[in-house]
Amino acid sequence: MNVLLESKDVCKYFGGLKAVQKVNMRVRQGDVFGIIGPNGAGKTTFFNLCSGIYSPTSGQILFEGEDISHLRPEDIAKRGIARTFQNIQLFKFMTVLDNVKIGFHLSTRTNMLDAMLHTRRYRQDEEMIQTQGRRILEKVGLAEYASLPAGNLPYGIQRKVEIARALALEPKMILLDEPAAGMNPMETDSLRQFILQLNQEGYTIVVIEHDMKFVMNSCSRILVLNFGEKIFEGTPEQVRSDPGVNEAYFGKSGYWKEAQEDAEG
Amino acid sequence: MKTLRKYRWVLICLLLAVALILPQVISSYLAGILCRILLFGTLAGSLNVINGYSGQMNIGHAGFVCIGAYTGAILATRTGVPFVLQLVCGGILASLVAWVLSKPMQRLKGIYLAIITMGFCEITRIISLNWVGLTGGPLGIKNIPAPVFFGVKFNTPERYAYIFLAILVIFTFLTGRVLNSRVGRAWISIREDDLAARSLGVKLGHYRSINLMYGAFFAGVCGAAMGPYYRYIASDMFSMDMSFNILSMVILGGQGTLIGPIVGAAIINTVTEAFRFAQEYRMVLYAVIIIAMMWIRPQGLIGVSNSMLSGRGIVKKRGRGQKNERPA
Ligand SMILES: Nc1ncnc2c1ncn2[C@@H]1O[C@H](COP(=O)(O)OP(=O)(O)OP(=O)(O)O)[C@@H](O)[C@H]1O
Ligand SMILES: [Mg+2]
Repeated sequence: MNVLLESKDVCKYFGGLKAVQKVNMRVRQGDVFGIIGPNGAGKTTFFNLCSGIYSPTSGQILFEGEDISHLRPEDIAKRGIARTFQNIQLFKFMTVLDNVKIGFHLSTRTNMLDAMLHTRRYRQDEEMIQTQGRRILEKVGLAEYASLPAGNLPYGIQRKVEIARALALEPKMILLDEPAAGMNPMETDSLRQFILQLNQEGYTIVVIEHDMKFVMNSCSRILVLNFGEKIFEGTPEQVRSDPGVNEAYFGKSGYWKEAQEDAEG
Repeated sequence: MKTLRKYRWVLICLLLAVALILPQVISSYLAGILCRILLFGTLAGSLNVINGYSGQMNIGHAGFVCIGAYTGAILATRTGVPFVLQLVCGGILASLVAWVLSKPMQRLKGIYLAIITMGFCEITRIISLNWVGLTGGPLGIKNIPAPVFFGVKFNTPERYAYIFLAILVIFTFLTGRVLNSRVGRAWISIREDDLAARSLGVKLGHYRSINLMYGAFFAGVCGAAMGPYYRYIASDMFSMDMSFNILSMVILGGQGTLIGPIVGAAIINTVTEAFRFAQEYRMVLYAVIIIAMMWIRPQGLIGVSNSMLSGRGIVKKRGRGQKNERPA
């Protein structure tokens, strides 16, 4: 299958801090690609590079073979990469449905004059995003929250709203930054199912997650970062059995064993 | 709030009816106050589009009013351009200047925008004071002709109130429509979280720019309408005092609401008028009102909770590892 997102020797330095250091990665079309690593490993920074929030200090990021390293976030969104944020960045005072409506920004064309005169384009756009927005909320299981302000909802729900908003973009690829954080095991499992379902529908997914069970059971490939550097890339089985990963990443804390048992059980 | 929304149309019609009848039954003095309320209602509303809906901190709104006022006055005194066209030209010129101003503003936030807009306001005032050939310098522009519609000369506050009312109604109507569209949602999304908005494809620079231009347009229209009302304009009318005046109406009424700034304009104009006997001291009262407001109800009288001032501090960000999500 063809490579959708590729990073070549990507580095990002914050002053002297090497947050991301020479990372190479290939995400193929149709993958559920996992990124793991301890706190501060540079995972979120790497996402920020892929979505245009940061420009790499050096190296290249290619999407569908084209260099997107120095494009702005709005242009990268246009090319078909959507994302969610680790610290939930919803439009808090807008309703859940309005949040999703912003996701349709790129697929609608209404300008100021259309809005003032309520032209046909305005009416068509509004009707489209109303029905499509509701359809997405239904799909994500948020229909009942449609008219509530997004900022007041529980954690897990807010994360789902972010996913719904990303889906409205009709992206080719979705970057999920710790989507299960703050969810209980049951919610986490249904989220996992949902992500796999999205993958079936054709979305390529890259997901950062600390929950090992989640990662091991849903990803086809996994990238392991540590102190900004890639220490391994492979299938869940390979990651599990790689002594290097064990040693470097998990040490002898027993965390790895625990996580493994977690993943199996 | 819920009930208020439900009876919104009844309320609006009622207010309109009152505003239509009022100038006929009140004294010329009161009509003058009404004119101020309607004029500043639009001004505060147009500033609110910028500050309240896209979160760009503009504290130099009078600069746009100034440009509109001089454009209108020059057209009125030196050419035969009809009144409505004077207003439109005033708006367009203010809007063009806003477009230029938006370029350096695009990459900045918060306090830096405040500094730029303040500088802009002072610069326009100083230019209009010193470009004697065009603006009449310190003498200003006098004898600006009052508009004539259907053979009626709009040369008294009682009559001119209808012009200010028409501008306010048109502004509110159009703004309501724009805000409830793709464009308005893009503005609000930028205010709420510019990074999230951008990653959904909202062009930050573009939408901030047209937002400023939209607000400036109506400030320019108001400016052009002021000349024929006062029959005279001079640069000192458009100082930072005016900017702060408009800003405090927005804050008092509630940022990010359509009706709030109009309420703010009504209250501030009435209060400062009622305490006119206190002369200079009424400004103290005025300051007290603003401070009390910031203290007791930072979202403004009408503001629910989606105002810029209340939103930022009160709602805590949650989640772990949030230190690094925003570029420094
Ligand atoms: N804007 C920034 N300025 C300076 N340092 C930063 C910035 N963003 C991230 N860093 C630093 O880069 C390193 C990597 O951070 P990053 O958030 O990418 O890690 P992470 O793998 O996402 O961690 P977590 O699992 O806690 O989310 C950290 O040391 C962080 O402090
Ligand atoms: Mg992170």
